[in-house]
Amino acid sequence: MSLAGTLGRSAAGRREPAWRAPALWGGIAAFPLVVGLMSLGIGRYPVPIDQVLLALAAGSGFAVDVPGTVERVVLLIRLPRILEGLVIGGGLALAGAALQGVFRNPLVGPQIIGVSSGAAFGGALALLLGLGLAGLMAGAFVFGITALVIVFALSRVDGRSPVLMLVLAGVVTGAFFAALVSLVTFLADPNDTLPAIVYWLMGSFATASWPKVGLVAGVTAVAATVLMAMRFRINILSLGDEDAQALGIAVEPTRWAILVAATALVAGSVAVAGIIGWVGLVVPHIARMLVGPDHRRLLPAAALLGAGYMVLVDNVARTATASEIPLGVLTAIIGAPMFAWLLRRTQAGGWT
Amino acid sequence: MITVEGLSYHLPRDRCAVFRDLSFRVPDGAVFAILGPNGRGKTTLLKTVLGLLRPSAGRVRIDGATGYVPQGTHLPFPYSVLDIVVMGRARGIAAFRSPGKADYAAARRALDRLGFLGFADRPVTELSGGERQMVLIARAIASEAPILVLDEPTSALDFRNQDRVLGAIARIAREDRLTVLFTTHYPQHALHVADTALAMHGPADARAGPVADILSEAELTDLYGLPIRVARLDHAGRPVRTVAPVFGAAEPAGLPLVAP
Repeated sequence: MSLAGTLGRSAAGRREPAWRAPALWGGIAAFPLVVGLMSLGIGRYPVPIDQVLLALAAGSGFAVDVPGTVERVVLLIRLPRILEGLVIGGGLALAGAALQGVFRNPLVGPQIIGVSSGAAFGGALALLLGLGLAGLMAGAFVFGITALVIVFALSRVDGRSPVLMLVLAGVVTGAFFAALVSLVTFLADPNDTLPAIVYWLMGSFATASWPKVGLVAGVTAVAATVLMAMRFRINILSLGDEDAQALGIAVEPTRWAILVAATALVAGSVAVAGIIGWVGLVVPHIARMLVGPDHRRLLPAAALLGAGYMVLVDNVARTATASEIPLGVLTAIIGAPMFAWLLRRTQAGGWT
Repeated sequence: MITVEGLSYHLPRDRCAVFRDLSFRVPDGAVFAILGPNGRGKTTLLKTVLGLLRPSAGRVRIDGATGYVPQGTHLPFPYSVLDIVVMGRARGIAAFRSPGKADYAAARRALDRLGFLGFADRPVTELSGGERQMVLIARAIASEAPILVLDEPTSALDFRNQDRVLGAIARIAREDRLTVLFTTHYPQHALHVADTALAMHGPADARAGPVADILSEAELTDLYGLPIRVARLDHAGRPVRTVAPVFGAAEPAGLPLVAP
């Protein structure tokens, strides 16, 4: 078993005390759980933790006595929002970690393959045309995948997609769809659809609902299962195309399977919550500092940390001021300096 | 056994061939060296044989899997030595699986045979060039492939490390009865470990045969466009052959300097 087999060795590769790895993984696994539970009590209407647990018990069908308001606030308002945050944060961090491995570059994020911009355009277009929630999700998803297909077509050289061509094709595709997004906002009715589009683009969990949670959780479950199953393959791809091929791997199909799974994660999150940047870039770095570069450990760690991180940031977004701060704005405000600090810290000793 | 028949390779969108109509055979258990000046296509030939590049004509037949030691790998992530070596097992691990106990055992065995087991937990990014070369050789050994292909395994190494790498290759090849194919810029390395050699004199002029014939003074002088002497020395009663280029004595109209 890979995880247990490699747990004994630390990030730096030196032998560590036997308690360190279980404690570290216990902490990483507990992080999203604890943050999620605490967050159920945080907000305009504070709920003590015992009441939160009682409300959860009531929601699970146990006959417990909870005030109706508490039950409604916890189960109908906060729980879907927090679950959505956990799922999307985990998915974005997982996608980021996988993409950084496949592109052999720790500076890569889900934006780099143009998928975010494609999904943004699809969603904005649906809002412009007034297609409703289903249209918004379908639009984001379809154009996220469209962006990936365009990247695929542009990056082909002699039947292959070298990493450099992939990145360049991603930049070109991203810029193209960003321009289309501008066009859509320019065409939008400034009294009605324009604010909707702008707020949606800035990212938010404020509109979280059980159907949305169900949708994004379904997509994330499938895509995350694929990425987790292929995490040793990501290790091999991170050696470079030629090495991977010489080691007996079918490089192209493997890489595209991972790219499609990552795209599904990003497009699914954009569809329900708009554009949330930086999570897929910053969280894998933190995870790498904690558990090392091996993607067999990095992917689960990034997913768990991303889930907790996202809900933490969303807590700030919904409680810091009287009106909500857009989530995408917050993740950038927190993420950019954090990333700068990580860069300074990690540059010296390679990407640890 | 590796059989190469009428192999040609053109760079994409280039009419001029890197090499043309190349044929040779590497019998099972042979140690086969490929020599030639920079830019003559040694690495290209190796990659074509491995199937990493598609030839423009001709064909390559290989009986069995290959373990490949590339010419220095850029590693963006500080994987541990053991993690790198276990990747040599990738061929036998299904797409949705991770290496198991047997794979780690094979990786440790490969490191142990090179005397590198103590490095298992070290990050590869902190190793010296010679150490990294040994790790890549261990990775190829861990694959348990019957054919070992190495691209300039001794370039950028000092004398002591050249000796260690060559010694390791020769020993493993003998013990496991491997077929070895390697490129080199050092004729004495070919004389030391190879029994057969291919000298790439020109795009359509490659000569294969027993290493002593292919790497004679006259042949080497023609190959590199510079007078080259093969000297026999005596070391502690043992004859030693060494190759000495006569620097500064090249024909003025010698080979143009070509980038590798």
